[in-house]
Amino acid sequence: MIWTLVRRDLALLALRPSALLVPVIFFVLVAALFPFAVGPDARLLARIAGGILWVAALLAALLPVETLVAGDRADGTFDQLVARGIALETVAAARLLSHWLGFAVPLLLALPVAGVLLGASPTLLGRAALGLLLGTPGLAALALLAASLTAGLRGGGALAGLIVLPLALPVLIFGAGLLTGEGAGALKLLAASSLVLVAVAPFASAAALRAGMD
Amino acid sequence: MTGNVSMTVAGLACERGGRPVFANVGFDLAAGGALQVEGANGAGKSSLLRILAGLLAPAAGTVANPFRTGWLGAEATLKPGMRLRSELLHWARLDGARPAAVDAALAAFDLAPLADLPVDLLSSGQRRRAALARVHASGATLWLLDEPGVGLDAASLARLAGVMADHRATGGAVIVATHGDIGLEAPARLVLG
Repeated sequence: MIWTLVRRDLALLALRPSALLVPVIFFVLVAALFPFAVGPDARLLARIAGGILWVAALLAALLPVETLVAGDRADGTFDQLVARGIALETVAAARLLSHWLGFAVPLLLALPVAGVLLGASPTLLGRAALGLLLGTPGLAALALLAASLTAGLRGGGALAGLIVLPLALPVLIFGAGLLTGEGAGALKLLAASSLVLVAVAPFASAAALRAGMD
Repeated sequence: MTGNVSMTVAGLACERGGRPVFANVGFDLAAGGALQVEGANGAGKSSLLRILAGLLAPAAGTVANPFRTGWLGAEATLKPGMRLRSELLHWARLDGARPAAVDAALAAFDLAPLADLPVDLLSSGQRRRAALARVHASGATLWLLDEPGVGLDAASLARLAGVMADHRATGGAVIVATHGDIGLEAPARLVLG
């Protein structure tokens, strides 16, 4: 069931390559802008590179929010699924998985490019990759939650940003903590905060979508 | 499904935005039966069907539905860029229906020549038929059809009437919300409002 839904999401995503590429290009562009903004001081850039990568990833995670569930709500897809007795929790979990695959995997592939633009060391890049691998499921979960809460509202996208950014703080803090190489503590806390978001999001999103059905 | 199974609805009430829409609606529907829901705009025909489909919570009353249910809402629910047949195959997969059921449904609504077209190219009447074909292919016993005749030409309406008659003849049941006659043979009538 859930695989049928994920496969469907990925098939639809493949029809719109721009949906895959835009967050990634945005991510790389943010990384490319920083050297212009703070100046070409390589030591300074290398020191803040990890934080920039995390903020860029967080902002990139917000981009697909407006299209994540609004289309399915408007065109009757959710109605068709619910009428078949498929739980919205299952639908939301499938969407979370397909969103992570469509957003985080391309982002991780683009990470070396963004890292080079910032002059990040291979060690730092490795830590950022590990952190993003653990943190992006949490960011995807937040995006799904915000998308479900704001689906059907006018200007929901901007509101979604206001919902996601404060809630993403734990992931950001522990993700940035991991960059300093302090090690296992930050890693475990990052994984834990991401896991909590992933565990809660399908239920919270389903409740929001259900409340929004008329 | 055998003839002695039936859907029982009792004391159903619906509120939208705090305003009562209808109250105390009840009926029985056995396999092979048909119910035609009528009423003026805003009388609650669509709301009643959404409640029966489990999409809307009733303000009061009970719905006991022993049948597997196929839903036709106001939207065609076809994703831009997908081809008609693969679009219907996705839903058939969720329904546990065979690909042959999709081909039979496409033929029943005269959509076979359009099977490989992107759904964006379909006219509104063709989209409506595609949505009806999805219900047909699902293999569901109870069809809940909200205004199935909208946008259909005379030939398609005749086809729809024939398909619904066949469905009932093989033990299916149909509930239709409609303004005019949709070609159901001797349906029970429920007038709202």
